[in-house]
Amino acid sequence: MVTSSFKFSPVRLARNNSGLLILACPPCRGRFFAISGSTPYFQGVEDVQVVTKAEIMDADKMRRALTRVAHEIIERNRGTDNLALVGIRRRGVPLAERLAANIRQIEGVVVPVGILDITLYRDDLTTLAQQPVLHKTEVPFPVVGKRIVLVDDVLYTGRTVRAALDALIDLGRPAWIQLAVLVDRGHRELPIRADFVGKNVPTSRREVISVHLTEVDGLDKVVIGEIIE
Amino acid sequence: MGFKHKDLLGLEQLQPDEIRHILDTAVPMKDIICREIKKVPTLRGRTVINLFYEASTRTRTSFELAGKYMGADTINIATATSSVVKGESLLDTARTLEAMGADVVVIRHQASGAPHFLARNLNAAVINAGDGTHEHPTQALLDMLTIREKKGRLEGLVVTILGDILHSRVARSNIWGLTKMGAEVRVVGPATLVPGIFRQMGVRVIHRVEEALAGADVINVLRIQQERQAKGLLPSLREYARMYALTPERLVLAAPDVLVLHPGPMNRGIEIHPAVADGVASAITEQVTNGVAVRMALLYLLMGGGQSHGTTD
Repeated sequence: MVTSSFKFSPVRLARNNSGLLILACPPCRGRFFAISGSTPYFQGVEDVQVVTKAEIMDADKMRRALTRVAHEIIERNRGTDNLALVGIRRRGVPLAERLAANIRQIEGVVVPVGILDITLYRDDLTTLAQQPVLHKTEVPFPVVGKRIVLVDDVLYTGRTVRAALDALIDLGRPAWIQLAVLVDRGHRELPIRADFVGKNVPTSRREVISVHLTEVDGLDKVVIGEIIE
Repeated sequence: MGFKHKDLLGLEQLQPDEIRHILDTAVPMKDIICREIKKVPTLRGRTVINLFYEASTRTRTSFELAGKYMGADTINIATATSSVVKGESLLDTARTLEAMGADVVVIRHQASGAPHFLARNLNAAVINAGDGTHEHPTQALLDMLTIREKKGRLEGLVVTILGDILHSRVARSNIWGLTKMGAEVRVVGPATLVPGIFRQMGVRVIHRVEEALAGADVINVLRIQQERQAKGLLPSLREYARMYALTPERLVLAAPDVLVLHPGPMNRGIEIHPAVADGVASAITEQVTNGVAVRMALLYLLMGGGQSHGTTD
């Protein structure tokens, strides 16, 4: 099943020496663009087809994983004092809100939730085929002295988290930053690890993890696909 | 939504979607200006050169700060103290700067079309910071950002531009931008400074100030340049002030929630009464902040940001 395909015709695919898929794009003055992360980067790319191989999480599994992660966050932080959740746009945001709702059910405490847009902190401004549109960072509480749990959907190279750490620290000096992700797919390029993981999924670099969330995509599931050239 | 241009030369060439994209990108930029650490690393290692052949405080400083807040290195060249006084041509000066590694050249020049000439001859991105009487696109963008912020929209608003329209690049860029975004634009001033030919740009040309202000949602007051009097286009500045100054008495003719803009620098008591400039309707200081935000957005977009609607992983 084809889940996404590129639209610009002059795009060619190649593989660079570190095994990353790159796009050669003549109209972009000969620059090369790396593809990384989960599916959104493939939107609008021709010649790239992603074939779904398996569903690795359904709505029930996701709900249970998030309940467990919420318990782990409370346990690790010995309660909810000074705790705050910060979701990384885009799918980290609904996940952070769900974790906050879980924590409220368990402890009866409302934990503040912020939204981080890391676009301006990425290290691939000109090397990425598809730049995300800039959105607002909305952290409506002072981060100074807080125990912040960063939340994202997929942990892959670690570069998004690196950018998020910089973006967060520019807002102030939190007491502690922890990381919660729904899926850890491996292949880290930076010394970063998650404190809380919904599911560990061993993958190859050719594979694509896509997280679907009701708030964004209309249903809850995580699927694994493979790029066909 | 992509920004596919190498340069920003004017609003005449831009599509409404592209204008909207620039304004949307400027909104999160404004948050950066308002926070404690006013710097992001996005344009680290990029160089922005401000090449100003005309006097400027706010536009030049605004571009300089915008570049700095985005993490770029910015350099200002005032031509009065540069080798331009030794007779170097515009193109040679610009090529020299490009050879030193400029990624963006921001140019203000007294000749209309100077930025277009540079854009054709340089690989660096060129931003027009005002060329002759032609365009001043970043001023119009910051005006539109301010209007959209205060009114929530541009479409359907009545915007009156008051003053020396004939010699004003701010007026031309505003007319291009506002009409593209669906606003109704009126221009008003003495017939010597507001000729009927502006009707061709899709605006209403009015010479009686009361008529032009009636029901206006936004009034953009332009500076009256003293040298116009010497050319015989105005009998005197006092007479202009009596006929056309935006006074509190005239302001009541406009919509109750009217917004007053002025690109600065102001001649208080000539084109605008101090009570209006400092009044509740005035968004003149807000314009200055928005100017930095719009220029941050432009530097970001021209350097490769915001090319699609994809999301981050």
